[in-house]
Amino acid sequence: MNFRTKLLAATAIVSASAASAVELEVTHWWTSGGEAAAVSKFADAWNATGNTWVDGAIAGSGGTARPIIISRILGGDPMAATQLNHGRQAEELIEAGLLLDLTDVAEAGGWRDIVNPSSLLDSCTLDGRIYCVPVNIHSAQWLWLSHDAYEKAGVAVPSDWNEFVASAPALEKAGVTPLAMGQQGWQQNLAFGAITIAVAGLDAWREVTVNKNADVARGPEYTAVFEAVASARELARESNVQDWNQATNMVITGTAGAQLMGDWAQGEFSVAQQVEGEDYSCLPGLGLNPILDTGGDAFYFPVNDDPEITAAQKELAALLISPEVQVSFNLAKGSLPVRGDIDMAAANGCMQKGLGILADGGVLPSGDQSLSADTQTQIEDLMAQFWSSDMPASEAQAKYADIIARAD
Amino acid sequence: MTVASDPPVQTVRKPNRMFKNKMAKIASIPMILTALCVFVGGTLWTVLHSFTGSRMLPKRDWVGLAQYERLWDSDRWIISVKNLALYGFFSLTFTLVVAFCLAACLDRKIRFENTFRTIFLYPFALSFVVTGLAWQWILNPQFGFQSVVRGWGWESFNFDPLNNPETVMFGLLIAGLWQGTGLIMCIMLAGLRGIDEDIWKAARVDGIGTVKTYVQVIIPMMRPVFITSLVLIASGIIKLYDLVVAQTNGGPGISSEVPAKYVINYMFQAQNLGQGFAASTMMLVSVVIILIPWAYLEFGGKKNG
Amino acid sequence: MADLNANAGVVPQGPKPKKRLSRGNIFLYGTLIVVSLYYLLPLYVMMVTSLKGMPEIRMGNVFGPPLEITYQPWVKAWSEACTGINCDGLSRGFWNSVWILVPSLVLSISIASVNGYALANWKFKGSETFFTVLIIGAFIPYQTMLYPLVIMLRESGDGITWLVSWMNPILEALGMEPFGRIRLMGSLSGLVIVHSIFGMPILTLLFRNYFASVPEELFKAARVDGAGFWTIYFKIMLPMALPIFVVAIILQVTGIWNDFLFGVIYTKPNIYPMTVQLNNIVNSVQGVKEYNVNMAATLLTGLVPLVIYFASGKLFVRGIAAGAVKG
Repeated sequence: MNFRTKLLAATAIVSASAASAVELEVTHWWTSGGEAAAVSKFADAWNATGNTWVDGAIAGSGGTARPIIISRILGGDPMAATQLNHGRQAEELIEAGLLLDLTDVAEAGGWRDIVNPSSLLDSCTLDGRIYCVPVNIHSAQWLWLSHDAYEKAGVAVPSDWNEFVASAPALEKAGVTPLAMGQQGWQQNLAFGAITIAVAGLDAWREVTVNKNADVARGPEYTAVFEAVASARELARESNVQDWNQATNMVITGTAGAQLMGDWAQGEFSVAQQVEGEDYSCLPGLGLNPILDTGGDAFYFPVNDDPEITAAQKELAALLISPEVQVSFNLAKGSLPVRGDIDMAAANGCMQKGLGILADGGVLPSGDQSLSADTQTQIEDLMAQFWSSDMPASEAQAKYADIIARAD
Repeated sequence: MTVASDPPVQTVRKPNRMFKNKMAKIASIPMILTALCVFVGGTLWTVLHSFTGSRMLPKRDWVGLAQYERLWDSDRWIISVKNLALYGFFSLTFTLVVAFCLAACLDRKIRFENTFRTIFLYPFALSFVVTGLAWQWILNPQFGFQSVVRGWGWESFNFDPLNNPETVMFGLLIAGLWQGTGLIMCIMLAGLRGIDEDIWKAARVDGIGTVKTYVQVIIPMMRPVFITSLVLIASGIIKLYDLVVAQTNGGPGISSEVPAKYVINYMFQAQNLGQGFAASTMMLVSVVIILIPWAYLEFGGKKNG
Repeated sequence: MADLNANAGVVPQGPKPKKRLSRGNIFLYGTLIVVSLYYLLPLYVMMVTSLKGMPEIRMGNVFGPPLEITYQPWVKAWSEACTGINCDGLSRGFWNSVWILVPSLVLSISIASVNGYALANWKFKGSETFFTVLIIGAFIPYQTMLYPLVIMLRESGDGITWLVSWMNPILEALGMEPFGRIRLMGSLSGLVIVHSIFGMPILTLLFRNYFASVPEELFKAARVDGAGFWTIYFKIMLPMALPIFVVAIILQVTGIWNDFLFGVIYTKPNIYPMTVQLNNIVNSVQGVKEYNVNMAATLLTGLVPLVIYFASGKLFVRGIAAGAVKG
């Protein structure tokens, strides 16, 4: 025991004295090459102010990084800033008084006026106070099409989801899997979400997802959705890859006609040196409804009892949303900026399409902001079950409506 | 039914109970603290919070048995429990048999023992995140084992365990055995090495065959080692998580879900701590139901005998 | 069991070195080699994948040898891969992992071997109950213990701060630095304790059952000679327990070296272990997945346990138990 106590005292002292004034430890889950390049834009900007960015990168958003972030905050020795998906995830931490109130920074910076769409700031807000800085926008409703596959099938590349479904028999005849789909719940749920907005329309979607109206979920609009998803399931029968990027690879190599995936699929196409418009096409909102959700990432700042660190945290918060940093970060990340007042001329074709939709106000809140993580997990389980079995559309719809009825 | 050393220990310790055991008690303080504070304390804390509606943070808003009702109403949990039973049975049997046979082979004074042992053991050293992917590829029908065999000319060969809900648990078993048998083999080997060379001489003098010696003499002598292996395998089975996440992520659909994955997903991904705690309490209760009678037989029985 | 059956007819003389290639021996080696193939297949897949470029991997021939061998993925995994803003690959966390491994290994194995010895040879009232609790503890998925443990470490850090605070006036009077706020969360010592806690159930079981099968005559003889608790432990039990120490080392080196979750939760970025970098290379959510670098990184991370497995081979000696008694 003696030995242990000594050891413990010795190391604890070392670690206590090692912390210096304006070193901010920042936790995030951007770790791949492109993401790392984007983070270093933040870090460079921060280091340029004379402070130090201590990088605590932990890959894997949901299951991996979150328990770590929460444990650190609960343990009374939190990081200075951390990435979290904005939305309902941080509500409880805010209620427990563990996150720093940024309202004064937001007012000084006029965030209300510059953040576009303003729903991003709403999801950082609880009881009128602002607790996070949105830094980028990712959207999920994209259909990626392989020109190569359509050449093989001898039909024109479709310009919306309905044309794609109509072209499926031709693809199958040419030995091409119409729809690539990774066999993971979140991917299947993503596809479901994208098809919902395209098929059921915005009003029904809002009624179910935002207002949790189970009757609408049982109604005819959603029957059409589940039938569309059931037919998509048939189109993806031959696709048995797991990772989303393996599915993207099927589109790249032309073994599949299309994939429903978020805008981050862009990265795989660029790495494979594919050219937008020549080798592949992207259809935001599946080409039907020019609407994108506004999921994305935000930074939160755990409460710290050192006033010097608190001041530095606020300084960092203001920096993350400043125009230059927003441009350089989002160009590196391939995501859309959170402010509408900056020039993104350097963005590529698909990003420009997304920017255009944002500028026209074609946004809807991300499911993250309306449904709790618990409800989302249950929907993912249901989708995983539905996509990989022969469950009839009506049964899936009934189960879905039950989940919505229970949702909080 | 008692551990080999029990009777003599009792005779030794009786006269010295007061003083000589003091050191043993002092030396056991870390163990006692761990058992009481961490395992008992942490478990009580978990059980307590399974009756709450805790979401992201542990809170004490009591909801009674609501979490348990929801748990047993969930398709995914029921499937998880069934999968664990299936996987557990086969994994336990195969690991014990394969590990013992390999250990016995290695114990026969063969050449390159070190090489063989390292080959059987190396999977244990590699993080499953990526080795799971390697197995995923090998078992993938389009570019893995099936396509190779078909390439040899056996066109009708079918081997696609991971995409069939009926067989996916066996697909996991192939990789699970690959990873887990090496360590058990080492424990068995250590046990075999602890057995006196003279036993073999005696058996040979009596004209008992090798297999018969193993089954009738060696295995009974290795009972404590088998118990260690059994606990190690069984605890690994209950905690089965990484393998599933890396290889199938519960798929196809939810047909390869397991209880530990349910617990972890609901605690951290769904941020419904109460639900996760309820599930882990159910797991713990079943472990206790199995272990307590066993512990009673193992430790308690000898006092009467 | 087929191999053993075959042996039975041919080599009835027990485990003796064979001078020639008998049919039984051919069978024995044949079996071992066939089984080795099953064990080596994934290693082969990982090796060839790590030597291929990404375009070749996209073609999807898992078993095919690389058409064009490239060592770039290995270089990248070790020293170039980005994990956040630091693009220096696995090399960044290597020494941190070593500094975590050594104290955790020593502490957990010392505690557990003494536990096992006390439980097997020095039973006291209640010892079996604590042991049963430990064994049940082995079955708890450790993720469910994360939050209780975080709270415990936080509180005991504060407790120790309070305990040592009485010394501060003395230290100040002596001109030495007083104890500041001691934290177990976010420090190496906290992590070492956590590793010792979670290693304890299985290791204790391992040692207890091993010591339980040691012939009791040895223990009795030593007691008659007046040897005490520690004398018997160091002089008799330790030397005899080499094979089981090897197993314990294998178990702990693997567990601690590959641990990721505890390493990030209970420490800080400056002492993050290598597995954090491995996770970051492998588990990127939305980024591009480079399978070749992933495979190389996994193999590199596994090297330390592998070297220890191989090096520990010599310690798998036959027990000297019975001989010692008779001699």
